[in-house]
Amino acid sequence: MTILTKLAGSCCTAAVFSLAATSLSAAELEFYFPVGVNAPAVETIQALTDEWAAQNPQHSVKAIYAGNYEETTTKALTAANAGQPPQVAVLLSIDLFTLIEEDVIVAISDIANTPQDQAWINGFYPGFMKDAQFEGKTYAIPFQRSTPVFYYNKDAFRAAGLDPETPPKTWDEMIEMGKKLTIKNDSGNVTQWGTRIPTLGLGGAWLFGGLVVSKGDVLTTETGIEARIDTPATKASLEFLLELSKQEVMAPGGISWGDTPKAFLEGQTASMWTSTGNLAFVEENATFDWGVGFLPGGDGPGAPIGGGNFYIFEDTTEEERAAALDFIKFMTAPANAAKWSIATGYVAPRPDAWDTPEMKAYAERLPQALVALDQLQFAEREFATFQRAKVTQYLVDAIESVVTGNAEPAEALKNAQEGADAVLADYQ
Amino acid sequence: MNKRLPFGLAVIMLVIPTLLLVAFTHYPALRALMNSFWNNASSRRPSKFVGVENYQALLEDDRLVQVMLNSTFYAIGTIPVAIGLAIGMALLVNAKLPGTSLMRLSFFMPTMLPMIAVANIWLFFYAPGIGLASQILGVFGLPPINFLGRTETSLISMMFVAVWKEAGLFMIFYLAALQAVPENLKDAARLEGAGRVRIFFNIVLPLLRPTTIFVAVNALINAFRLVDHVIVMTRGGPNNSSALLLYYIYEVTFSQRDFAYGATLTVLMVGLLGILAAVQYWVLNRKAHYQ
Repeated sequence: MTILTKLAGSCCTAAVFSLAATSLSAAELEFYFPVGVNAPAVETIQALTDEWAAQNPQHSVKAIYAGNYEETTTKALTAANAGQPPQVAVLLSIDLFTLIEEDVIVAISDIANTPQDQAWINGFYPGFMKDAQFEGKTYAIPFQRSTPVFYYNKDAFRAAGLDPETPPKTWDEMIEMGKKLTIKNDSGNVTQWGTRIPTLGLGGAWLFGGLVVSKGDVLTTETGIEARIDTPATKASLEFLLELSKQEVMAPGGISWGDTPKAFLEGQTASMWTSTGNLAFVEENATFDWGVGFLPGGDGPGAPIGGGNFYIFEDTTEEERAAALDFIKFMTAPANAAKWSIATGYVAPRPDAWDTPEMKAYAERLPQALVALDQLQFAEREFATFQRAKVTQYLVDAIESVVTGNAEPAEALKNAQEGADAVLADYQ
Repeated sequence: MNKRLPFGLAVIMLVIPTLLLVAFTHYPALRALMNSFWNNASSRRPSKFVGVENYQALLEDDRLVQVMLNSTFYAIGTIPVAIGLAIGMALLVNAKLPGTSLMRLSFFMPTMLPMIAVANIWLFFYAPGIGLASQILGVFGLPPINFLGRTETSLISMMFVAVWKEAGLFMIFYLAALQAVPENLKDAARLEGAGRVRIFFNIVLPLLRPTTIFVAVNALINAFRLVDHVIVMTRGGPNNSSALLLYYIYEVTFSQRDFAYGATLTVLMVGLLGILAAVQYWVLNRKAHYQ
């Protein structure tokens, strides 16, 4: 019922606005965006959008908050299939292959083809461009990009006799320190766990990608048709997760993404692995001294890159595309990228944004924000293939069945690999 | 009374609802049936007729087996409990006790709340370590349970929410039925020397039977249609342990964007609901009316 209403709603709005758009000569943009973090994201986006509209009175733009990432993608695709797409949208970077397959986006490098435009595209961190490009073309512009980091409670480290300035760097250190951080009450129940790595759902699969990278492998490649689910690196990563709960460093069973920041702030866990997108939320609500470090790694540092990019849609006029490109340039301009990064904790996607006075003051006030930037060189793209949702589900099922004790790592990974290969066989 | 409707008006009154039914029920159902014989086309894969291939996939789908088992277990687990509770609550609020209207209101409250809100409230109750459920366990010195994060407890935790939410609605049906039980039958039984328990089991309960059948069949259909709380609370996880049929269809169709297989699953569900509806009519016609 709710799905139908939403669909109907988004179709109607799309239809109404496109009617309005055809009656004017200047571009009238619709901009879909999701919110995936605990931050005042809607207000900041609205303020930036209004600013662009004020500077470009010939155009108009309507920023539409479309729910979480998944809902926003569904709405944008539904609207596009109905022939009334938003002109511009922020969607998951890993939706690239889906959007290409559905033929609903235009390559931004086809529109932005002057030398200045090229220089602008090259001005983003290469790590963020990895999953914005396909077959030699740039399809997306990084905007709300994040990577998970290791948040830890310095007060808890002190109480356990650990140095609050040296968070664990390796899996072994994580287990060793974690054992000291786990506290039990008189009746033997754990009141504070050593760490908390979300293992359920897509959030769990995202972090799992980081474990695999730290073992020197990747889950997917830039071709979009290869899933590397059954490898020594994935097996080691799953075994590490099991070892954490066996050694009583982490609660047994599946761990949800959504409850994790709350559990950290309430002192249920001495550390957590979660997105930099939670920096602002933790800064605002933490009642204790806290720090941020690289994700502890297997053979070295490693992290996944996630978050959302700007896309420009097909079925749009020349004017609309030009206006959309200008809008994207405005949103990622140094001062605005800095504003967005400070409000949310997302990693500003361009070096020049980090050179702004606002960003320098922010990094001084909250040095934790720099950790994610430093970690970027060790980060790899998030799990992305054609039929991403279906293929990822095999990985999610494998992780979930192992952490809940329903399957052995080797067997679960083998099954997942077979399932993923069967889906991707169509594209070989 | 016997004035005949003008022919034109009759046609209009017939055509409007028919159009609505065709547009929103029959056409989508037929379209789903047609789609289920085609592959999931895209710019990189041409559209082609695949015959019963999607139905073969259906038979080999391990997740579907799990989902059907979940849905069945969900139905068997929630319906009798919800009905039992509903009868109990209806008897309670039907008795002439002080504070009856307050009781009625509080029993009916969960039914009035939107499912999304209910699911979010319970999500917080179940949060391991910080939620109300964990804190209650803590008072008794028990370790917190990761209710929604374990395959053993996730479905049961969700069934609990469903019972809590649905019992109030069923209570209204039973309350209406109880108030329709003729007093003279009870009086007669009392004259014959029957006790309260005897009266309940031999007089009231048989008279509630039509209501029970009605409620049970509707609850059964509902069990296969519920989706909101799954999306909010677990997204079917962990490891598909709490995925119900409609959620699976939603996931396959809208998040995996496999419209062909989604259509195939929809055909399965429509067929299943059709059978349940047929059974409902058959049972209601045969057993539900006393003369």
